[in-house]
Amino acid sequence: MTQQGVRWSADQVLALAPDVASRKAGSRLGAAGPWSGAGSSDEGAVWGLCKGSGSKPYRTVVDIADAAAPAYRCSCPSRKFPCKHALGLLLLWAGGDGVLPSGQAPDWAEQWIEGRRQRGEQKRTAGASHSSSGSGDPEAARRRAERRAERITAGATELEQRLADLLRGGLASAEQAGYGLWEETAARMVDAQAPGLAARVRELGAIPSSGPGWPVRLLEECALLHLLDQGWLHREQLPDGLAATVRSRIGLPGTADGPPLRDRWLVLAQYDTADARLTTRRVWLHGTDSNRTVLLLSYGAAGRAPELALPVGLTLDAEVSAYPGAGQLRVALGEQFAPPAPAVTRPPGVTTARAAAHYGEALRDDPWLDSVPVTLDRVIPIPDGDSWQLADADADAALPLTSAARTRPGLWRLVALSGGAPVKVFGECGHRGFTPLTAWPERAGEAVRLC
Amino acid sequence: MNRTSTPVVAPASGAWEELVTAALLGTERRIPPGGAPGRDAPVALLDAAAAETVRRRAGLRAARAAGRPEPAAEDPRPALPPAAARRLALLLADRPGTGGGGRRGTAPDLMELLPQWLAAANARGFAAPPQALPALLDAARGRTDLRPAALAFAGPRAVWLARLNPDWRFALRATPGGGAALPPPEDTEKTRSLWEEGLFAERVALLSAIRAREPAAARELLMTTWPTERAEDRLMFLDSLRAGLGPLDEPFLEQALADRSRNVRATAAELLSALPGSALAARMAVRAAACVAVDHTGDAPMITVEAPHECDASMERDGVVAKAPAGRGERSWWFGQLVEATPLGTWPARLGGRTPGQIVALPVTDDWQSELHAAWCRAAVRQRDPEWARALLGTPSAPEAGGPGAVSLAERARLLGTLSAAERAEWVAGFIAAHGLSEAFQLLGVCAVPWSAPLGQAVVDALNIARDAGSYPWSFSGVMGLAERCLDPSEGSRLDALLAIPDETEDTSPGAGGYWAEAFQRLVTTLRLREVMAKELDAA
Repeated sequence: MTQQGVRWSADQVLALAPDVASRKAGSRLGAAGPWSGAGSSDEGAVWGLCKGSGSKPYRTVVDIADAAAPAYRCSCPSRKFPCKHALGLLLLWAGGDGVLPSGQAPDWAEQWIEGRRQRGEQKRTAGASHSSSGSGDPEAARRRAERRAERITAGATELEQRLADLLRGGLASAEQAGYGLWEETAARMVDAQAPGLAARVRELGAIPSSGPGWPVRLLEECALLHLLDQGWLHREQLPDGLAATVRSRIGLPGTADGPPLRDRWLVLAQYDTADARLTTRRVWLHGTDSNRTVLLLSYGAAGRAPELALPVGLTLDAEVSAYPGAGQLRVALGEQFAPPAPAVTRPPGVTTARAAAHYGEALRDDPWLDSVPVTLDRVIPIPDGDSWQLADADADAALPLTSAARTRPGLWRLVALSGGAPVKVFGECGHRGFTPLTAWPERAGEAVRLC
Repeated sequence: MNRTSTPVVAPASGAWEELVTAALLGTERRIPPGGAPGRDAPVALLDAAAAETVRRRAGLRAARAAGRPEPAAEDPRPALPPAAARRLALLLADRPGTGGGGRRGTAPDLMELLPQWLAAANARGFAAPPQALPALLDAARGRTDLRPAALAFAGPRAVWLARLNPDWRFALRATPGGGAALPPPEDTEKTRSLWEEGLFAERVALLSAIRAREPAAARELLMTTWPTERAEDRLMFLDSLRAGLGPLDEPFLEQALADRSRNVRATAAELLSALPGSALAARMAVRAAACVAVDHTGDAPMITVEAPHECDASMERDGVVAKAPAGRGERSWWFGQLVEATPLGTWPARLGGRTPGQIVALPVTDDWQSELHAAWCRAAVRQRDPEWARALLGTPSAPEAGGPGAVSLAERARLLGTLSAAERAEWVAGFIAAHGLSEAFQLLGVCAVPWSAPLGQAVVDALNIARDAGSYPWSFSGVMGLAERCLDPSEGSRLDALLAIPDETEDTSPGAGGYWAEAFQRLVTTLRLREVMAKELDAA
């Protein structure tokens, strides 16, 4: 990897950090000083001994053979993952100061790498045999699915009743009812094994306190929840694609059984969102030949970075398979044919008017869609009162930025990159506005992460 | 959604508002148009709202663009080499307040390296990567000492950005031009209108810019509006005359001695006293000379001091502050101010044709020595007189140089500032060789970076001695931190011998050896990193 592949940039390494403190601690360790016996192998392993506060140095080894999912091992007691030593080691490697000579891994590192690769092999063969033999007893699986569908139906029916009660009494009363009511309803939906419904209900609870215009937003979300309930209750009458979308929105697990699509996938953006229990990582990819934009999801327990890590600006020669559902962009990453390489290509872009229309069209397949991935060509970020817009350089049209995007530090990186001149921006375009995620300068230059 | 929503009633914009009103009040009280009361009314409302919501979202269109800002000025400087750009991102990621903290161990302190990275990048004339500007401006916002270099590196786009983000307003104040494009020098019309109508920051910037180009023009511009300016503004404007101060400024400054504001008067007096040929300096010289004389009556000549008995109106007019701070005698307070404002060239003639060195060596009667020497120090600093500074500093190895002598460490540091870089380094190296590091921190702070070879060697030797003496390294953490930043990276190889943990003897502090090894390791690591940083910038 170090030889035939690419070195990552410091930014890409720091993107792996589970939190800000680790970022900082890691960047301090990204210098030769505390390290000894460090090296890297052609197979994509990096190792080193890092002097800590104890008498014995920590043994740190990182396996980056699969750049999409680097693995770390360190003898330090930190519960962060990856720990600062792993980050520091990768920074050292990324810096390319020549302090990581190529060579044979020492025994302690080699053992772990070997063990890991063997387990990987076993898993792959086991996975293959598993999928060929099918999932146990098909009859039992069918009965389980039926029981779950019945529960969801009961849950959706109950939810319909609650929504009807709410509308009968008026949304104004919802403001007084407060958060507790919704939490309780959400818990009922969890019992009904409909996590998608539960999540939507929980979000309803936050709307009455979300500032001016809340009745409109609450009615919208209630109506869309009602639409989802009705979609589930009448799923037999829906076209296959839409029915699959409803199932996935309800929260039923799907399998990525779409036909594998091989392409050179450019990593457009990677960002994490976290709640108390789970960190969700989203990676947007763009197929250079297919011109499709797809989404990879990866999850990590709270405090741990999700395993999948694809630095922005690399291209992946790989296969992906789509999850079911009309208008669903989520895919699973299949076989990778070559290590990721830095890309000079950029995704083709559209105007702001086209982007807005694109979102509207996407609602045909999935009316619950909040946003669609879009690349805007030649837009200028311009201030608009307290808010910001992305305006076409060549037309009098603009998309407002979402309120979340306005408060992120990425906004200022975007503004600085543009300097009042047109840039290419990839982001998510929806009813709340546009969320910029990555930008490219008009001239030659690397992709700049905004998230 | 499969019942009442089809066919949809005319999608008038009012339809949605009707739905929202009905939803807010509840279908028990209000039925939306086209709906029927009864048990199904809420469901019908939800159906209609769902269809309307999706329709509204699908119908979203791009809005009209707001006013576009003027694009930022081109930055003609070349871009950083890629490795240097990555290094910058790393240095900026280590800002204080971004988490972490705690013991540093052997890892270098990256934030402390930012100033010299910026200086090196500026010396090579590179442009900042635009996407790094927000982090750079945030760093400069927190550390005023970083601002000049950071803003020079950040270039015109930072000023452009600062106009959009109030957090970075300091960039407008600090940058010549105040963010607004300064009119060209020949455009007197524009210059005049900016001076008369501009914001305060713009006016200060304009004045400083003109002062740098053409000192007299700036003074004349200031004089056009001087009587109508507010006192605080007069003070700031007067202060900007400090740059390029010359004899031609004297009439104006004399006039300012009669200003209504005390602070303006004091500043004018201070500026005048820095002009050895000024009338004020001459008046002060007369006053001070009357107080100091050589007494030949004893075995050896001595300086006698007779401090002024009163502070009269003419002294006050010349900027002498009559009221002494608490705890100071009035007469010595006045005396100090007189000597400070007196041209140093007065003294050899007054004191028997002696050189500054001989004058400083003369004993002083009645405990006046510290008062007199301190005033001479301030005068030497104000008048930037290296000969007097040298005389007042004395030889670095003299025993009294290390102790609390007539001249304090802070004064000595300021005196060193008037000498050339090489002379400064030599003096401080001699000081450290004789007195060790415990008093050296302030003096090292005024030495040019990187330290000259003799100075670096003196510091390393002194650290080595301190280690062998068995003290703990954190007693020297200040000097260590300076050494990490200021030692010439090429000295790193000389430190290799210090990295091993020495054997503990009975008079060393327990565990000190390990901490020293760690501290030296960090020093070597930092030096290597600085070497790498410099190479990265040269890689273009």
